[in-house]
Amino acid sequence: MAESLRLALAVAGKDIRAELRSRTALLSAVVFAALVLVVFNFARDPTALAATDLAPSVLWVTFALAAMVALNRAFTIEREHGALDGLLLAPLPRGALFAGKLLANLAFVGTVEAVTLPLFVLFFNVDLWRALPGLIGVTALATIGFVSVGTIFSAMAVRTRFAELMLPVLLLPFMVPPLIGAVQVTSRLLAGRPLSEMLGWLRLLALYDVVFVTLCTMAFSAVVDE
Amino acid sequence: MTGSGSRTAAASVARTLARRGLRISLAALLGLAGVYVLALKFTPVELRQGPAQKIFYLHVPAAWSALIAFSLVGVTSALYLWLHDPRLDRFAASSAEVGVAFSAVMLTTGPIWAKPIWGTWWTWDARLTLTLFLFFLFIGYLALRASVHDPEERARFSAVVGILGMLLVPFIHLSVYLFRTLHPQPVVLKPSAPSLPPEMLRTLLVSTAVFTLLYVGLVTLRYALALAEEARDEAAEATDAG
Repeated sequence: MAESLRLALAVAGKDIRAELRSRTALLSAVVFAALVLVVFNFARDPTALAATDLAPSVLWVTFALAAMVALNRAFTIEREHGALDGLLLAPLPRGALFAGKLLANLAFVGTVEAVTLPLFVLFFNVDLWRALPGLIGVTALATIGFVSVGTIFSAMAVRTRFAELMLPVLLLPFMVPPLIGAVQVTSRLLAGRPLSEMLGWLRLLALYDVVFVTLCTMAFSAVVDE
Repeated sequence: MTGSGSRTAAASVARTLARRGLRISLAALLGLAGVYVLALKFTPVELRQGPAQKIFYLHVPAAWSALIAFSLVGVTSALYLWLHDPRLDRFAASSAEVGVAFSAVMLTTGPIWAKPIWGTWWTWDARLTLTLFLFFLFIGYLALRASVHDPEERARFSAVVGILGMLLVPFIHLSVYLFRTLHPQPVVLKPSAPSLPPEMLRTLLVSTAVFTLLYVGLVTLRYALALAEEARDEAAEATDAG
């Protein structure tokens, strides 16, 4: 177990180092998220709808779209120069390889989310301080679920034609339950509602994480092994 | 020589299956004509909904067939990852395609009925949302199949999507259900589920049987087509190699 964790961290570390050296994908994902926020601001009628009513949906649609852009990158970097073959030849359990890619993607998507959040506060004038710890928690809970499905789908999508289109078409239905849950919890957090009103949703998000992280870890070898 | 022999064998199996599928489908289509006559002529008009209710005899059986189709995709996908039998993959592909067709029938007849009865084409009711996402999910499944060239890789990828999709269904249902119960929507006129009068039940059951038969016929045809396509591809490759 400890050995698997060490290997997973090594894979994740490799991805993160590679990304930090170029920073192009991270920068474009952040800029993309900022642009989505700006577009949203003009897509609403300020006289008809208060910014705070729309804020949770805007935040989560932005997170979802940014995650999609980020996930497309996960296995495209492995496609070049047969890097994935090298990884598969390494004495590395498939579960550890999947966990490593998942951790790297979580770091990547998490960074984009962390940068988007202050911009969101700035553009939509939402008072976040009180809700911040809860918001970080629910963001983590929702993100783990869809990034784990996204990781396995991006491993498939890079081997298809139209990879950039294939990932969203496959992944969006899987984003629906985490997104609905996250939006519901976020709007209650921003309204200062008690925890008891969010518990049902939090349970659903946690269950989704457990089911899909387990399932994707198990199914990963079916995707990469020929 | 053995290669070309097995190809000829596959092609003849495909021909036999295609003939059988065509016969079953034609019988089902004849049955469907019978269902129209039965539903329009020999089944009483529902008191509150009037003639609009007749679409029920197509909508519900189509939903039934779509449900069977998608469940079997899930089951055969799981079995494929275990047994690696190409027949399971071929069946899953055929079932998904036929399921998408039946879902399209369900998703078009639904709104046609809902407009006069509910007063709206669409509502984000749990069951409607779930079927819509199932439809999208299987469109994605077919799009994935179409974009992977290697047959063995295509089978593995689509089996993974099939299994994940099967597990997604309860989550979508649960989240849409929670979403609605916490946010009550304006109450739309919804028919309470009355116990059906015997004539209506009879028509519904006949129609369900006909749609199930149509499912079997179409999947058999589609399966035969997949076999024939594989034989053709292999023959083309053999010619290229020779």
